[in-house]
Amino acid sequence: MTELLYLGAAVLFIFGLKKLSSPRTARQGNMLASVGMLIAVIVTLANMENIGWGPIIAGLVVGGGVGAALALRVKMTSMPELVAAFNGFGGVASALVALAEIERWDASFDTETGVVVALSLAIGSITFSGSFVAFGKLNGSLPGRPVMLPGGQLINALLAVALVATAVWAISAEDALAYWIVVGLALVLGVLAVIPIGGADMPVVISLLNSFSGVAAAMAGFVINNTALIIGGALVGAAGLILTMLMGEAMNRTIANVLFSGFGATPSGPVTTSDKPVKKATPDDVAIALAYAENVIVVPGYGLAVAQAQHAVRELATALEERGVNVDYAIHPVAGRMPGHMNVLLAEADVPYDQLLDLDQSNPRFGQTDVVLVIGANDVVNPSARDDDTSPIYGMPILEVDLATTVVVVKRSLSPGFAGIDNPLFYDEGTMMLFADGKAAVESVIGALTNV
Amino acid sequence: MSEVFINGIVVFVLAAFVGLEVISKVPPTLHTPLMSGANAISGITIVGAVIAAGVGEGAFAIVLGFLAVTAATINVVGGFLVTDRMLEMFKKKPGRG
Repeated sequence: MTELLYLGAAVLFIFGLKKLSSPRTARQGNMLASVGMLIAVIVTLANMENIGWGPIIAGLVVGGGVGAALALRVKMTSMPELVAAFNGFGGVASALVALAEIERWDASFDTETGVVVALSLAIGSITFSGSFVAFGKLNGSLPGRPVMLPGGQLINALLAVALVATAVWAISAEDALAYWIVVGLALVLGVLAVIPIGGADMPVVISLLNSFSGVAAAMAGFVINNTALIIGGALVGAAGLILTMLMGEAMNRTIANVLFSGFGATPSGPVTTSDKPVKKATPDDVAIALAYAENVIVVPGYGLAVAQAQHAVRELATALEERGVNVDYAIHPVAGRMPGHMNVLLAEADVPYDQLLDLDQSNPRFGQTDVVLVIGANDVVNPSARDDDTSPIYGMPILEVDLATTVVVVKRSLSPGFAGIDNPLFYDEGTMMLFADGKAAVESVIGALTNV
Repeated sequence: MSEVFINGIVVFVLAAFVGLEVISKVPPTLHTPLMSGANAISGITIVGAVIAAGVGEGAFAIVLGFLAVTAATINVVGGFLVTDRMLEMFKKKPGRG
């Protein structure tokens, strides 16, 4: 019966994830998954004999309080940090479960259990330390730029070899100390693996760590021989893997390339900012162009989130819609610091989700769009990625905004994006540049609009 | 390998394929809630944590169990709550489509 109830919980996870595929049913899906979790916990408690309630209740109360406080207080802009932290907690929990088993049986496992114990420890610990380095990079307490250590790749490779060797020793000698050394090596490896990765690559890293936290849970499931953990962990491992691949595709980079190259650490050459003239626009020019357009598409980038301009953009869109202008939003998969981040920020600003277009939906539309408003995005609208096979970002899927009649780029200066590449879009005939902070610029356009 | 272990591997592989199938249909708009929701599900390790905390003998084992339950609960409670908070914001445009 217990097994069937665990299976029921796992089925609720699957239903929950399935319902997450439509905004209409997603909230219900999340609800179902949480009910599944509750069932799993209750079944576990009901099945235990001679149970020590103290540490369980203390852990549930402390963890529940901290988790709820974090979840209810977090600003939507900080969502990537929070998810990174939660990944880390999940990872460390799986490692701790394996450690408790080592303590309980004094590390005397048969070989297969030894292997999964070592895997839980290693994957859980890497997820933990890697996630908290990612957390630090995202919230600014660690440098967001790639930190290259001398001989970094070699050190990581040696660490990985040492990790495997120690794990083999731990399993064959049934030695608790050796398992603890596995934990130590994995923690260091997690830090060293994430530290060289730049802020702009964070969507890939968070997705990968998400996948790891799932795999760690599944391994812990093998250790304690529990189906709910194995299924739940495998589902999350798969989810993270899909998102990792999607993010890699969106940047035209392989996962190995993200992990091992420290993008942006070594610019491929001197940055050549062209001295061609650009067309400077005033807020009035932009207001006029927008007011007389039929179709407008807004392209938000991470700069918009940094400037906290999403509410101002929404206000501008409302003002335009009142004049009969059609406004949509085109969102590049890596527009934020985690997959789908920009969509959440716009949803928070009350932008209806059916106005949020993805790459495949928006590209065919730019040809019929009168004005595209690019705010805080650069590389993801750079036509070099399509036209110039010598460009370092050549092949990366972009939003082809240059197909629109007029492009308005809101930007602080002509400085290149994180990839350090000049953007020919800025010098295009149909492009107007509005040099200002994103939020201030949008607000001044709203002001100018009242006079049009 | 024991039969129990092999069964576990079968379940793991099948579940991973179910996951790939179900999740590949999630639109980009929902990728962040998908990730935080999936993240909460990875907190299923709470089951292992509760067992570890409940059966632990000796101060050290109990501390390990307590820490495991705490970390897993942060993951579960925080993950589901924040996902709900996000999904609540996703609204359709009145009167469109």
